[in-house]
Amino acid sequence: MPKFGVIVFPGSNCDYDCYNALKNILSYDCEYVWHEDQDLSGFDCIVIPGGFSYGDYLRTGSIARFSPVMESVKSFAGSGKPVIGICNGFQILVESGILPGAFLKNNSLKFVCKWTHLTIENTNTPFTCSIKPGEVLKIPVAHGEGNYFVEDHSLETLITDSQVVFRYCDENGDPKPLNNPNGSVHNIAGICNKAGNVIGMMPHPERSCEDIIGGTDGKLIFESVFSWIESN
Amino acid sequence: MNKYFVKVEVKLKPLVLDPQGKAVSSALHNLGYENVKNTRIGKLIELNIEGESEETVRSSVTEMCSKLLANTVIEDFSIHITEEQNA
Repeated sequence: MPKFGVIVFPGSNCDYDCYNALKNILSYDCEYVWHEDQDLSGFDCIVIPGGFSYGDYLRTGSIARFSPVMESVKSFAGSGKPVIGICNGFQILVESGILPGAFLKNNSLKFVCKWTHLTIENTNTPFTCSIKPGEVLKIPVAHGEGNYFVEDHSLETLITDSQVVFRYCDENGDPKPLNNPNGSVHNIAGICNKAGNVIGMMPHPERSCEDIIGGTDGKLIFESVFSWIESN
Repeated sequence: MNKYFVKVEVKLKPLVLDPQGKAVSSALHNLGYENVKNTRIGKLIELNIEGESEETVRSSVTEMCSKLLANTVIEDFSIHITEEQNA
């Protein structure tokens, strides 16, 4: 049975939500990994959860990237195993250089906490392989600095290399500027590395795994990686 | 070892939009300062640091900037060093 590890930094606050989604809702094998641990050998997938690691001092994710566990995450990712960074986890992956780009404050200057719709631009990643092309997912965001930025020429590379995975859109899948909650370039909500095994996304799939809290589309992300691990 | 006082200025690159700066610009306009044409907000980081010479301090602070103090994808930095006089 694939085993998931959820990393806990000082200031993580979605760690339990991720653990709950994986362990209690989906009945997967899941354990916490303390940020000072370095042994990831028993895990098949690493989840870097959201929150405000190290108070988000200096820049979001900038201090967490120097935690001992991040060196192990780098080699875990380098070996082709699946890693997902959600919200602050995405910011940490970007600061650590595992994913390209950087984050700016939301262009509204407001913390946004709401449901968003996402188009799937790449279904060839471990985290999107069970999702049908063209499907629109409904997953909530909650962040103050989700304004993803890359320079124009890097954006072109992201697009041509199929590294754009999720884009904010309307409920019909049209990625209109109006549906962009934070000003991110190209309505980007999530990207992957060149190999496709590392994904960062601002929306919270762990918060949309139960009907009682508004939707279950987030489950598709975790179910995808579960079946990807089983078939590899 | 000499003692140095270092100021590191971290600013968003010119091509990066600064929503904070924009909001402050419009607040200044509301206060009647309509002659303000642009506002950009950055960070000032002050370090008290010991080193052999201004040169070695500059190279180690440059390293600190690229590793942690600035994110060179979106930010530029500049370093200003003064030697502290012994009391």
